[in-house]
Formats: sequence, C-alpha cells, structure tokens
Amino acid sequence: MIFPVIVPVSLSDCGSTQMALVLRRYSPLLLIVIVWEAVTRGGLIDELFLPMFSDVVIAFWEILQEDLLYHVGRSVARGFTALACAIVFGASIGVLMAWYKPVRILVKPVIQCFYPMPKSALIPLAIIWIGLGDASKITLIFIGCLLPVVVSAFNAARGVDEVLIWSARSMGATEGEVLREIVVPAALPEILHGVRVALALSFILMVSSELIIANDGIGFLIGFLGEGGDFKGMFACAITIASIGFCADRLYLYVSGRILSWQE
Amino acid sequence: MAGAQETVPNDRKPSSMRAIGGRLFETVGPYSVIVGIIVLWEASAQWGDIDPFLLPAFSTVMSRFFADLFSGKMLMNAGLTLWRALTAFGIAGLLGVTLGILMARTVPVRWFFDPIVSIGLPAPKIALLPIFMLWFGLFDAAKIMMVAFSASFQIIATTWAATRAVEKELIWSARSLGATDRQLLWQVILPAALPQILTGLQIALPICMIVVLVTEMVMGGEGLGSAMLRASRFADSPGVFSGILSIGIAGFLVIKSLEIVRRRLLSWHQEVAQDRATV
Repeated sequence: MIFPVIVPVSLSDCGSTQMALVLRRYSPLLLIVIVWEAVTRGGLIDELFLPMFSDVVIAFWEILQEDLLYHVGRSVARGFTALACAIVFGASIGVLMAWYKPVRILVKPVIQCFYPMPKSALIPLAIIWIGLGDASKITLIFIGCLLPVVVSAFNAARGVDEVLIWSARSMGATEGEVLREIVVPAALPEILHGVRVALALSFILMVSSELIIANDGIGFLIGFLGEGGDFKGMFACAITIASIGFCADRLYLYVSGRILSWQE
Repeated sequence: MAGAQETVPNDRKPSSMRAIGGRLFETVGPYSVIVGIIVLWEASAQWGDIDPFLLPAFSTVMSRFFADLFSGKMLMNAGLTLWRALTAFGIAGLLGVTLGILMARTVPVRWFFDPIVSIGLPAPKIALLPIFMLWFGLFDAAKIMMVAFSASFQIIATTWAATRAVEKELIWSARSLGATDRQLLWQVILPAALPQILTGLQIALPICMIVVLVTEMVMGGEGLGSAMLRASRFADSPGVFSGILSIGIAGFLVIKSLEIVRRRLLSWHQEVAQDRATV
C-alpha cells in the first residue's frame, strides 16, 4: 500500500511476448537516453553541464576496470550488515513491545522521542563517537533503519487476530509457542513492509554518510570524482548506485514473495 | 489497538493493590524512563570516567542549547533549514500529486512515467547530489531541488496508487449523474484518494528532513546541518549535541503539524474517529 508494487507483467505462455512487453514498458527510458545523446552531441547543452551518454558509458567501463567493484562492495557490505542487524533487533523489540506490557511502557517513550528525528542529524555524532571507519557508518545505518522496523513490527504484532491467539491457547500452546507459531507469522507481512522502508532508508543513509565521511565506498567515489571534475565518471557512478538500489528493491520483492508464498 | 490489552498475558484478574500499582506504573513509567536516562547521562558525565569530548554533561548541553537559542543563531539556522525543507516539500507535493493523478487518468503520461517512477522510487536519489551541485550551484536552489527531487517519487507513486484504487462505482455514478471532468476530479477522485495521498506525504516529509540536512552538510553555508557538521569538525561536542536537540525538536514539530493537518482534512473520514496509534 505504501510502496505500490510495480512488477513487470508476467506472462507464463512464452518468453518472447514477455520480452516485448518489458521492452515496451521500458521504452521511455530508451527515448530519454536517445534525446540525451542527441542534445549533447548536437551541442545544445554544454558538455561540462551534461556529458554525452556514450561518454558516460565509456567512463563506466573504465571505472569498472579500476576500482568500481571495490567501492560498491564496501558500500553494499556496510549497508547489508547494518540492515540485517536492524531487522533482527527491530523485529524482536517490536514484537516484545506488543506482547509484554512492561516492555511497551518502558521502551515506547524512547522510540517516540527518536522517531521523528531526521537520522542524518546523527552523522556528526557518529564522527565524534566512532570516528571515520566502517563502524560509524554501520551504526548510523543501523539506527536509521531500526525504528521503521520496530514500529511496523509493533503495529503488526498488536493487530494479530485475537481469535487465533485464543484458539492456540485453548489447545494448550505455551506463551512461547503462541509467540513463535502464531504472532510472528501473522505479523510477518506488515513487518516486511517496514523492512522495505528500511531498505530504502539504508541506501539514503549509506550514500550520504559516505559523501560526508569516508575514504571508500560508492558515495565517496561519487564525491571524489565530482570534486576532481570528472563528471562523466560521476554520472556513471550515480547511475550505478541508483541501479543497485533498484536491484535491491527487486530482490526484496522476490524474497518477500517467497517468504509469504503461503499467504493468499 | 483497544483490544491488544486483553492479549497481554500478565493481566490476569489483578487484585486492587496490584491494579493501582499497575496504573501508577503505566502513567509514571514513560516519563520515568526519559528522566532516568537524563539523570544517568548527567551522573555518568559528572562523576563517571567519561571523556567530556565524547559525552558532554546534559547540563552543559542544555546551557549551550539555550545560549544558541537566545543568541538568535539557532533560530536563524532552524528557519533556513525549515524554509528549504518545506519549500521543497511543497514543490514535491504539488508536482507529485499532479503527476500521480495524471498517471492514473491518462495513458500517454502513464506510459512515459511508469518506468521512470518504478526505477526512481527505490533508487537512492541522494547519489545525484554532486550532479545537482554542478547544475544549480551551492546555494538554496540546488538544496531545494535536491530535496524536492528526493521526495517527489514517493508522492507520485502513492498518489498514483491511491487514484487507481478509487472505486469504479463512485466514478461511474458521478458520471451518470452528469459530473464534468473537473467536478469528477475535485469532488470525487481527490477526496476518495486523499487518505492515501496524505500517507504518501507523511512518508515524504521525513525524507525531506533527512535529505535537507545532508545537502547542508555537504554544501556548507548556513542551516542546522552545516552548523552541526562545523561543530563536529571543530571538536565542539556540546555544539553537536545541542544541534541534535534542535533538529529533533524541528523534526518533531514538522511531523506533528502534518498529523494535525491530516486530522483536519480527514475530519469526515472514519479513521479519525478511531484511535490511531502513530507509534
């Protein structure tokens, strides 16, 4: 509901019609690229302002042979570590908050205080506390992604149908069993929604923290190339990280589809 | 939300003493946590063996906060940051809602923007920040454009989904009663899609706040973000903490105001009657 799922229409009959559909769907992008190339090649826009698309592709190939993969790997490793920790901790905190009243009373005010705070405000604090290394960025992304997961897990676990819980109890399930077998599976779809929000946030925080404090990672590379005046390379890197974000979102859709395959 | 209390296993027919104790815990608990954290913070900074550079005492931070507040510096910075964030939010909202509705109602617009939105929504738009600096310079224009660009995809996507989800029967009945296109838009489609559109705006506003701080940190100039990063570069940790405090307050005010606007605009809608938990 929050992120409308826009998946290519999947046709099961034959591959070629599916190919054609995907091609037709994404044809506007091709159009944009053609206009981009024509406008820059024709000299309508200064090359300092917008490099030619073909030059961007060549720059991409050059950086790919140098150190693009290293920087991308560093960024993705950071983002993934932080996001995984945030999902595990956040989901547990959220479910426990919904399930045990004392936990809710004690943890909720802290979350209410920190929820509206823009998490990028913590970048300078991360520099002071943890320094410029990996740990500061991982912590920052972790904190930023934690709260959306906690809130969605909390709301999800509260919204679990009580009839399910009562029937499980009446059949003699222990508290732990009810939590494990009823509450968590029933809350899973909404928790996964929170994970999607956290995924998008993790990319924002990853790139912006690397733009400000880093000596490696894709955000650093973009800033470095931009300051050095290599705009072709900068465009190439920006397009690369945007496509990685897109691929990560598609991967999320695939994985959550698999996890929720038991659902209607 | 009202039913959730019953599922809590600890609430089994409490005696009256326990009930009073429980209610006391419920009302005092939340505040005591906050007060406890502050007391612990102050105590560990005063008597604990913690470097004041890493954790300045709460009292130091507060005195710094009020000094900045009354010198007017903080208000100016906060005003600048909020002006950028809210202008960008306004631009993104106007553009996003218009495009979203157009995408749902007209085929060519949908054909052109569908792939752009589906790729642009999950992509980290902040990566284009150096390009925006190249195109629009280092001043307000670049910052506002960057923030508006980051937030608009979310608004387009939710508005599109909301408009598509408007019940066909509503549109058909309005048409059969002779509504013009304009009436259809203003009196049927927009009100029916409003709750979801507002949800999209409520997601976009925190994005605006996050991105505006990052643009200020990267591009410099004035504003809460750059003031904080400067404090951090000068190893002025009370400045960093008071900056976080001011940003937290600004974020809280902005987000709460949007919630109030939502409740106002949707006063006819059934969701307002329900007790809606934001956290």
